[in-house]
Amino acid sequence: MTITTPSATTPSAAQAAAVSPRAEAAAGAARPAVGEPALAGGQTSWPRRTAATAGPPVAVFAAFCGLWYLVSYVALTPRRRFLLPPLHEVIRVGFLDWGNFSDILRGLGNTTQVALSGFAIASAVGFTVAVLMAQTRWVERSIYPYAVALQTLPVLAMTPLVGLWFGFGLTSRILICSVLSLFPIITNTLFGLQSVEPSQRDLFALMKAGRLARLWRLELPAALPGILTGLRTSGGLAVIGAIVADFFFRQGQPGIGRLLDIYRNALETERLYAAIFCSSLLGLALFLLNTAVTKYVLRNWHASAQRKPS
Amino acid sequence: MTMQAHERSPGEPPATGQVTIPRQPTGWPAEPPVLSFHDVDMVFRGGVHAVDQVSLDVAPGELVSIVGPSGCGKSTLLRIASGLQAPTHGSVTAPDDHIAYVFQDPTLLPWRNVLDNVALCSQLRREPKSERLRKAQAAIDMVGLTGFEKRYPNQLSGGMRMRTSLARALTLDPRLFLFDEPFGAIDEITRERLNGELLRIFSGSRFAGLFVTHSIAEAVFLSSRVVVMSARPGRIIGEFAVPFPYPRTPRLRAEAEFAALTGQIGECLRGGAE
Repeated sequence: MTITTPSATTPSAAQAAAVSPRAEAAAGAARPAVGEPALAGGQTSWPRRTAATAGPPVAVFAAFCGLWYLVSYVALTPRRRFLLPPLHEVIRVGFLDWGNFSDILRGLGNTTQVALSGFAIASAVGFTVAVLMAQTRWVERSIYPYAVALQTLPVLAMTPLVGLWFGFGLTSRILICSVLSLFPIITNTLFGLQSVEPSQRDLFALMKAGRLARLWRLELPAALPGILTGLRTSGGLAVIGAIVADFFFRQGQPGIGRLLDIYRNALETERLYAAIFCSSLLGLALFLLNTAVTKYVLRNWHASAQRKPS
Repeated sequence: MTMQAHERSPGEPPATGQVTIPRQPTGWPAEPPVLSFHDVDMVFRGGVHAVDQVSLDVAPGELVSIVGPSGCGKSTLLRIASGLQAPTHGSVTAPDDHIAYVFQDPTLLPWRNVLDNVALCSQLRREPKSERLRKAQAAIDMVGLTGFEKRYPNQLSGGMRMRTSLARALTLDPRLFLFDEPFGAIDEITRERLNGELLRIFSGSRFAGLFVTHSIAEAVFLSSRVVVMSARPGRIIGEFAVPFPYPRTPRLRAEAEFAALTGQIGECLRGGAE
């Protein structure tokens, strides 16, 4: 993560202004070139910068741990302590015991596989549907209501039926996962494709650009921010979908959702907490990956991916 | 309308300073007009009567400005001239090709840098890559953006974005150049400089220009003829020949005849706006 102090923009702007051929250019160059390293480095020492960056989240984490121990040792009687075992117990049993931890990792691996497959299917289907819908009004009008219906339909209500049709194993898990994460891809892609400015459409019309050229050179690039937002949202949903599907479709390799269920039944709350941490890490990892991809793809031109002045 | 060979060879070095080329006394075309409106009426669905019986010819080497109150159908005329819209009534003669249109906003594609933005039109016309780049570079040099080829639009000032937009239009080797208040959103100083550069470009090639603006001074400074339109429905209520010879320098703006003419046009405009 790059941190920019307010002073970061000043030296580079001054430099750019000094070399610019005309006064007008200076106004344009006032923004530092994208990707240029922050020049602030020489002005504040890195420990101070690190402290300023990392300080607040670390403080919150410390407070969280304190609260945890407070509840565990003070609020809960020893008999009920299993509800929130002390943090170090969770770490010892859940993470440091290799037998337990490898179970969790294996479950996490299976769930990741389901989540990624569902995510990939949802992305491909959602993208295709949105592009088709953007092409002609009647396609949009005939499909959109059903896309909305699919979203409002409680997916969990479909699980018994999905199980009967596709079995209670991997296929059904992937299916539920992709259905759950489909909608954001469709809506965001469609929104992006339709957010092309009218004057840009006019320009392409004047050049007598064909439908494919318009799609490829105008609509898809313009839709990229929307598409990437859809992917980010949908990635989170895919993880949730995969974990939830683990609960319902128990055949085959157990995913982390299945483990959560097993640990709950056995009242092994240390392992339960460890498994919950790991599953949230999965969602987080996917989110960070998507965010990084977004920043990279939009780095040159979209406001969301530009460095903010402090 | 038949295509004519274009005089300006694309490879020639960008004009520097102002170029004097022999031109006919303002106004009367010995050559057939490039653009011609004949009794054009435009009524939009919903009943808005935007343009009322407009007839207007623009000859090669002529830069005609249209001034008028907001919403008087000036931009609609440009859309009709470019073929983006068909008139409800009347007829329009315009070239099929080599029409450049500079919009109110620069309409750059934010994901392309200056060079790729300028090359867009050639790309959509499927010209070979080397040709595309050569044309784009020539146009960039012509508008004074040399050195900024790799910048993205969000790294440019408003004036530079408009220069990019101009350069993109220039790659079309325009026979007809349509301007829809291109400098409306640009500060006064930059605007006057861009006016000067536009005149320089205009002197270097012999396109027919139709320039829509809110600014009477801009219209007089740039054009050989100023057409005044009334409030909606837009009708032509006055036509003024601008007698000042090209090349024109910024000093023209300070001269008494210039002020007299802008005053006259302003008078006419106020009469029609009521």
